[in-house]
Order: sequence, then structure tokens, then C-alpha cells
Amino acid sequence: MSTRLADTGRLIDRTKPLEFRFNGKRFKGFAGDTLASALLANGQVLVGRSYKYHRPRGIIAAGPEEPNALVGLGREGRFEPNQRTTTTELFDGLYATSQNHWPSLEFDVGAVNRVMSRFFPAGFYYKTFMFPRFAWKHLFEPVVRQAAGLGKPPKHRDADRYEYFYYHSDIVVIGGGIAGLQAALQAGRAGVKVLLVEQTAHWGGRAPVDGAKIAGKPAADWVAGAVAELQAMDNVTLRNRTMGAGVYDHGYLTAYERLSDHAPEIPGPRHRLWRIRARRIITATGAIERPLAFAGNDVPGVMLAGAVRDYVTNFGVSPGDRTVIVTNNDDAYRTAIALKQAGLVVPAVIDARDSADGDLPARARKLGIRVDTGKAIARVSGNKKVEGVSICMQAGEGSALEEIKCDAVAMSGGWSPVVHLWSHCGGKLDWDRDHAMFRPDPNRPPTGADGAGFVIAAGTANGHLDTASVLADAHEAGRRAATETGGKPADDTAPQAAGEAAAPMLPVWQMPQGASKKLQMKAFLDYQNDVKVSDVRLAAQEGYESVEHTKRYTTLGMASDQGKLSNINGLAILADSLNADIPAVGTTTFRPPYQPISFGAIAGDARGDLFKPVRRTPIHDWLDANGAHWEPVADWRRPYTLQKPGESVKDAVRREILNTRQNVGLLDASTLGKIIVKGPDAGRFVDMLYTNMMSNLAIGKCRYGLMCSENGFLSDDGVVARLSEDTFLCHTTSGGSDRIHAWMEEWLQTEWWDWKVYTANVTEQWAQIGIVGPNARKVIEAMGVEGMDVSREAMPFMTFQDGSIAGITARAFRISFSGELSYEIAVPASQGRAFWDAALKAGAAHGIQPYGTEALHVMRAEKGFIMIGDETDGTVIPQDLGLHWAISKKKADFLGKRAQQRSFMRDENRKQLVGLATEDPAVVLPEAAHAIEGPKRDNGMENIIGHVTSTYYSPTLNRSIAMALIKGGSRRMGEVLSFPVGDGKVIRAKVVDPVFLDKDGERQNA
Amino acid sequence: MPEAVSSMAGAEFSGAVDIREDGLQGMVTLRGDLGDAKVAGAVKAAVGLAMPKARQIKKGKNGGVAWMSPDEVLLLCDHAGADALVAKLDKALVGVHHLAVNVSDARAMFTLTGTGVREVIAKGAPADLSPAGLPIGEIRRSRIGQIAAAFWLSEAETLHLVCFRSVGAHMFRWLENAAAADTLPGVL
Repeated sequence: MSTRLADTGRLIDRTKPLEFRFNGKRFKGFAGDTLASALLANGQVLVGRSYKYHRPRGIIAAGPEEPNALVGLGREGRFEPNQRTTTTELFDGLYATSQNHWPSLEFDVGAVNRVMSRFFPAGFYYKTFMFPRFAWKHLFEPVVRQAAGLGKPPKHRDADRYEYFYYHSDIVVIGGGIAGLQAALQAGRAGVKVLLVEQTAHWGGRAPVDGAKIAGKPAADWVAGAVAELQAMDNVTLRNRTMGAGVYDHGYLTAYERLSDHAPEIPGPRHRLWRIRARRIITATGAIERPLAFAGNDVPGVMLAGAVRDYVTNFGVSPGDRTVIVTNNDDAYRTAIALKQAGLVVPAVIDARDSADGDLPARARKLGIRVDTGKAIARVSGNKKVEGVSICMQAGEGSALEEIKCDAVAMSGGWSPVVHLWSHCGGKLDWDRDHAMFRPDPNRPPTGADGAGFVIAAGTANGHLDTASVLADAHEAGRRAATETGGKPADDTAPQAAGEAAAPMLPVWQMPQGASKKLQMKAFLDYQNDVKVSDVRLAAQEGYESVEHTKRYTTLGMASDQGKLSNINGLAILADSLNADIPAVGTTTFRPPYQPISFGAIAGDARGDLFKPVRRTPIHDWLDANGAHWEPVADWRRPYTLQKPGESVKDAVRREILNTRQNVGLLDASTLGKIIVKGPDAGRFVDMLYTNMMSNLAIGKCRYGLMCSENGFLSDDGVVARLSEDTFLCHTTSGGSDRIHAWMEEWLQTEWWDWKVYTANVTEQWAQIGIVGPNARKVIEAMGVEGMDVSREAMPFMTFQDGSIAGITARAFRISFSGELSYEIAVPASQGRAFWDAALKAGAAHGIQPYGTEALHVMRAEKGFIMIGDETDGTVIPQDLGLHWAISKKKADFLGKRAQQRSFMRDENRKQLVGLATEDPAVVLPEAAHAIEGPKRDNGMENIIGHVTSTYYSPTLNRSIAMALIKGGSRRMGEVLSFPVGDGKVIRAKVVDPVFLDKDGERQNA
Repeated sequence: MPEAVSSMAGAEFSGAVDIREDGLQGMVTLRGDLGDAKVAGAVKAAVGLAMPKARQIKKGKNGGVAWMSPDEVLLLCDHAGADALVAKLDKALVGVHHLAVNVSDARAMFTLTGTGVREVIAKGAPADLSPAGLPIGEIRRSRIGQIAAAFWLSEAETLHLVCFRSVGAHMFRWLENAAAADTLPGVL
């Protein structure tokens, strides 16, 4: 059983005991512990159940590669599933629950899957759930959903704060081990700006654990000196608890800083996502040890050899009293030596190689440790914890030669450089046959805007496994990055380090080499997804040759660890099964983030009231305080209607329409787009933008115009006013102002760059307020008009004048979207509210009432006016809407002209706008209802001839009104169409003129 | 004349830095050939300042001028004087292709003061906010969070920013949140 040792533990502070809970049980640990080390210290070897078979699982690793030991952390607003115990720093009061078991960790009903495991082979889901179809939804899914999966999603709103931080640096070094420190030193001394990030709380990486000596000093001393020197440099920033998460195009990278995960009492953001532009990125990300694939390699107590000595050296925790080491390389002997020196028993080192003659095996033998070469583990005995191992020949099929009692196994299949960040943006890899590992190919780095590589791998991450060459490589990486970013690095050499003479490792992908099928079915490659050697072999046998396909078929390398332990072993087995070279099979794609980061960090501050910007007009606050029932219109909020206390939305709309038609209404139209177009070529320019003629518009007059895309489709509409000989004011739809301004600039900057035209989007400079209805003029006159004449004679329909109203500089446009006598008055936004208040005051005697967008919509529909986005959907040309009168025949060209001349655009059977009057005037057609005609089509579906685009109940006309786009609609006047609306119900409506009210415009001209 | 009101009516907040909505500020957009001596002369006559170089902003006794793009500058003046400034520019540039327009009310302007002003903005703007990346007197057109903004430092610990009026309330909320106490990384 695992336990706390008496005196070791370089990272823990035994004077600071902490308390925490795991599955409700009270445990003790020390400051400096990870949750994993503290669990082991409390003898908690079993920490979870596996994903598919619910096998008992223990801690395997000591870092971010851990696949098993994931827990639910925290409670309620701070609950987070799938948290790695190995990267979770212990704090007082930590609350953790294990995952994926029912009813309890020790007794799990789902473990029946384990007994059934021979019936859950690779591709099980694909094979089983294909047929019968109904069974997936009603039978398999409910069961599988309950049994499979990792943590449960949180149910509460996240209680913490998260932020982004944008940062620019010449160089970012990822990884604060000795390679990262040396690279940062070299670059920092050269004077360039350096950011060094380290994912853990500690600098120095593995070197202090592995007993490296640098410049004649213990590694820890050298690390302390390096950190002190870096901290003293103004041009260097160090950030621990910050993980390099992803590398993207053009030197962009994300780093994930965990500010208070280790101490929730710290105020401020919990996580900060650094979004960095770097000219060079040095990845000094180290390496991850590989497991060995022997039967029972997932029994709790089987761990990576490097992790075992991490726990002993860093945390003073022994994984067991008797630990068998199994290896294919010299490095694992460090674990044997560390355990022996900690006073623990190492019954044997099982070495798959035929000989072990390096310095480390020699030291182990000298300490009296038994070393068996050419041997392998046939199987591990034990269920919830290791009880012993059977030893066999590596070259054989697994016949047991000997049983060794032990309570832990430390395994090492060699090391894989962490190439993830090198690879995120396209860095390529080489297969290093001698060390059986992929390492970055320096000739094929990810390239930046200048065509040069912008990522430099350094140290172990670059494939260097001994201290001296790690330092030399990092020194060179720092020098190169500094030179390439304008620094002046010193011409010196890396610090010297003592090394050991190491014998070559032996690639071992399966143990023993000829393992029987039965053993292969217990030899796990991917612990997190329960993928075994037998599954990958089966996939190969079934024809899966691509590693990417095999990944998805078997689930190898999926989920939250993304195969950090399993990928190389898995693809080696695949290569072996296919009789192919490992590099020919290749790796799956490395994608950011390196390991999971919180959704909170990704969302940053975009939550709650900052989730999305809302644009507000100068009248917004008044509307909000006066019953506005808001609706989004592009990024604006506009009032759908303004409810009086106790009034329904429907009643409010009806009241607003009737009052506007009978008395006078007040509309906040400030959201309307307003773009100034000025210059000697302005007339020519607006003639190209609009389908109708604009250049002949007289100064002081307004004209309604249509804009089309170059494909002929209607894009926007609005009223154009000519302010002076060379200046036009173009009104756009509320949602269209930014888009149309960008559209204008695009044409001016890319196609008509020699035209003398400037544009400016002045939408927000002006509050625009509609005073609409028979009493409109009376209200304006009551407000006090100066410098202009708003009378019927002086300001006829479609003209404008400048002056002042209510003492406020104003431009009054006599335009109408309601069909009523109507003025739209533009005043400076800063005085918009004052104008609004003045209009309400002066209008009180004339029955003025504000109205919202729904009343606006109904009134325009009564007049048969189209609405961009209702009657148009990106496939509609002006001709479809009967707007031929607004399409110039005289102009040589305008945007969309050519497209509109194509045969299918002139097809008389295109869908065309019609008005609809339901046979029962009380019945309102549903929005988007489809019209059908004739017999059903061959496929059994109705023959659809069009759909409703706008539909309302008109209180003015006391009946329903609608518009629709109907095939050949312009020739169907008087026809009665059928609109099935479900449940066998059909609404019948007659095709009528879409102008329902005041066709001659007597009201608006009043 | 009724009172004119700015987007956030001078709202203030104090946290990791101090934030103030500046109230009414006169602004005029001038588009034209910035290399044309007549355009430069009109700017000089209007605000008493020479044409700024790329990304430069200048302040003087009679206003300011900021480079916005290769064919656009922004002139700063008294709010009440913006229309007169437009008229002055139009008069000086008769016959020269240009566009001068009052945009004072289309904008909201904020001032941030304190040691952390660069870091507050760096939480939302992808631009380089370091003293080397954004020296005093240089204006940057970028975004802050999800909205367009331009910003510059007039002194080491004084940052000004301009956004559209309609998102002034959102900007103020964003700044309040970003400037919460104990949230600055302390690296700029």
C-alpha cells in the first residue's frame, strides 16, 4: 500500500498540514502536495473506474499525462468534472469526488461490463448500434449514457471570474525546466523581450528529481540561480502555473494561467487566458514516459517509473513497500535507486533487453538490486491493487517462470518528447529509430509570415535525453531565437553537466513479444478509453490502415488526455499489425490545447451583461422606463411595442397603430443607417450603388432607392437625400449601416479607386425621430419651428429642410414608411432625448403616443411596403417584388444590372410578391406558411408554390393582411391559394394587390 | 437651447484604475489627401497643429488632431465649436476634394488614469499595449472586447479611448469589469 515516507519530499512543507475530502472521507496532506500525492500518502490507490469496462484504476503518472486519476472537484458554483489529481495542487478544504462509478468506487455495478469485455471489442458501438434502428434511441443509448462517460457536467452557474490578456513578446519560452531556463537566460542576456511560462508551480522540471548536476552543482541549486538571474532582468517575464496551450499561425499562441486553483482565497480571476503574439516560440516542453503493454498494466499500483520517483523525491510518498521495476531502458534504474535509497524494497528490475550494462544498471547492482535481463512481465495479479507479477521471457509467449510478490510496479517503455506545441501549427516530425521516438524535424518547422520557422524546439522536447546535450541544445535555441529577433547573444557555451554512459533502449511495444491473444486483451494501451492491444490489432485486421481512422474506430487517443500515454504505443502496434514502418503509419494530428483548459477561460469576460454588446439609441433609457417590450434589431434593441401598465403586447400594438392612424405617433428611428457620400464623383457613385437614378436628384429632395449585390439580389433599401451638389446622404436599414458602409468602401478601394468620393458613416451622430400621423404637422409647429417651413406647400412629400425645432438644430425629412403624414427629424444625438421630451410635451394636446417596431411593421404592410429581410432573403431581385419602377432603364450600368438580365432572373415563373386576403378576415396566416397547388409530387410531398413573407392583423382595416412570394404571382390576381397549416387544416386566401390602404397616397401627402 | 448629453453623462468608476466618461467632446472627421499642402494648411488653420504622421496624435491649445488612416484625420475641438470647424475646413478647402463632417455625437470618450491603464486595455485589445508597442502620443485603432475603439496615452498613466456612442454603456461596463481591483497581471 502507498504511504507517506518519513523524511523525503523536496516540494512539501511538513509544517503546514492541510485537510481535504475525497468521496466524503477526511484526509490529510501537506502544503506542496498535489491531490494525487496526497491521495497516495493516505493509501488511496484506487481513484476511479475506467470509461468502458469500469475497471478499478489508480494513479499512473505525476503530471498532465495522467489518464485515470480524474475527479470532480469542488461543489456547486465551483464544481468542475474531470480534474487531474496530478496537476491539482492541494489546498485546505479541497473537496473531491471520484467519477464513473455507481453506487460506489469500491463496489461498482458497471463493472459487469468488465466481465463482458470480450463482447465490447473495437468498433463495438458502430457494429452493435447500427441495427435495428429503433434500438439505439430506446434501448442502447439510455443504458450507455448511464454507464459510459467521465465526469458529470456542472449544474450551477460558474462562480468564478475569468479573463483574457493580450501580450506581445519577441520570444516566448514554453516550459520552465532546465532547457527552458537555459534558453530564456541566453535570450534574456541578449536583450530581447522574453516571456517564460511553466505549467507547474515549480521551476526546473525533472532535473532535480533525476539527480542531474549542472556546472558542478546539484540541479536544484543551478535552477535557483537561473531563476534569480531571470527575475532580475527587466526584459524577462516569468509566469509559473501558466501552460502553453496552443500555437497558431503567425506566432500567435495561447497560454493558460491558473491563478487561484491552488488557493481559492486569492482574489481576482481564477484563470487568465494569455493571447500572445511572439516572433519566436521556444518549446522546451520535455518528454512523457511511455507505459509498457503487458497484461494487467492497468491494475492500481502499476505506475510510470518516472512518476514513482517523482512521488518519492518530490512528495515523500511511496507507492508501495515492494516495487518491481519493468523497463526497456536505463533511465528506469533511477527509480530503483531512488526507492532503495528511500529504504524501500525493490524485489527486481525486469529488463526486456538482453543486457543492461550502462552506468545506472551498474549502480543499481552495486546497491544489491536484482536485475533480470531478457525478461518481461507476463501478467499482474490483483484486482483493486497490485499483489504480484508473473515473470516470463520477453522473447516468449508469456509462460510464467516465477511469481514475485509486490504491491507496486514501476514501468518504463522509454520517453516521447512533447512535440505537441511544435506540431500544432504544422511543425513536422522525424522518427528517431535509436530512441524509438518522434522528434521535431528542424528542417520542417511551422513557418511564419516571413517564411522562416517561428517555433524552435529545445532540450528534451527536441529529442535530447541527457542533461549535457539538453543544456547545449537549449543554449543554441535561445541564441538563435535572440539573433532572429534582433538580440545580441553572447558568444559563450552552455553550462557543463555530468552525464552517464547509457546503453541503447530496446523498442518494446508488447510484452512479452509473442503475447497470446488472452494476454493482449488485458494489455492496455489507452487507459482513459479502455483500448487494449487486441483492439488495435482487430482494427488493423478489419482494414483500418490510417492511424486517424483507427483512432476514431477504437477511440485510442481520444478524450481529455488525447493519448499522451497511448498514442506512440498504439500506432506502433498498428504499424506492427500492418507490417509497416512506424513513420509510415505516422501520428494523429496534434491539436490545441495541449491539455484541457476551462471553458471559463475561453469565454473570458463575455458572459452576463457583457456577453454581447447592445447598441442603444439616445432614447433607449426613456423607452426602457416606459414599457418597452424589447426586440433585437441587428445589434440594437428596439421596442417591439410600449406597453401601458396592465396592457397585453397585442393590445399595445393595436392601440399604437390606431392612434398613429387617427392622431399622431412618435417613433425612435435613430437606428436607421446614415452615410454621407461626398465628392465630384458622388453622383456617378450613387448611380452605381442604387438600381434607380440618383444623380439627377435635386438638392433638397429625397428619393427611395434599392441596392443590389453584384449578383442582382436585393441587399438594402432606403431614402437618399441630396444635401448639396456633391453630397448625398444615404439612409440604410437599421441592420445595414455598417455592412453598406463597408460595401461602399470596398468598391471605392478595390474597383473604383480613382473615383473622387469620400464616405463617412454618421449613423450615430443623429437621433432620428419620426412624428407620424394626421396631427404630425400640428405637433411640430407647436414645438416651435425656426429657419424652415414645414407647411404642406413649403415642404411637400419627399423633401427636406434644415432649421431648428424646439430650439434644437434639426433636419426634417418629409418621408413616410407608414403611409401617414410623416416627418422624420434628425437632431444631434446629444439632444435626441431633449427633442423626444419636447415632442411628447407639445404633442400631448394632439394625442401623441410613442409606437414600436411592430406597429411600424403592420403599418408598412398595410401600405404594401417591403421590408429587407422579410420580403427578401438573399434570393429575391427587385423585379420579384414588383419594384420595376425603381430600376433605371436609362443607366448604362449599376451593381446587379447584368445579373438581372440573365434568363432565369427574367423567368416569368419566378416567385413574385402578392398581397393575400384570407377568406375569413379574422384568420391570420402563420408566418412562412407554404402555399400548395395541384397534385402531390412523385416523392409524395406537396407541390409548394411559395410562402408567406409578412402577415398581420390590421386594426386599421379590421382584417388580416399578408404578403407572399408565389410562383408567377404577378399573373395570379384573384386566384385563391391554399395554405395547409397542419392537423389537416387549410387556410384559403385570395391573391390581391399588396397595397391594402390608401393606394393614391392621400394620407401621406396631406 | 436644451441641454446636450453625452453617452454616459460623465459616469465614473474607481477600481484598479480610475475611469471617467469625458462628457461632450467635439470631433470632426476630415478625409482628404493628407499629403496635400492645402489639406495640411486647413488642419493647421483649424486646430493650430501640423498634419500628424502615421498613428500620431497631437494636442494643442486649440484642439487636437489624430491620424486615423492614410486618408483620414480626426480633429478634436470644443463640442460647441465642431460645426464651425467643419465650416472653416470646407471654406479653406473649396475646390479640394475632401469630406469634413461633425461626428462629435457619434462617439463616447473615456479617460483612464492609474498605473495599470495599459493592462486594463490589454484585457480586451489585441494591440501591443507595452510602452514600446504604444508610445505616448500614438493612437491605435483596434477593438476592446467585442467593440471597435481607438485609444492613446497622453501621459504615462493617462489613457484616452473613443468608441461609438451607442456602445458607450457597454464600454463603461466592460471597463468597470476589467478594472476590478486585484485583477491586473502586473507585467506591462
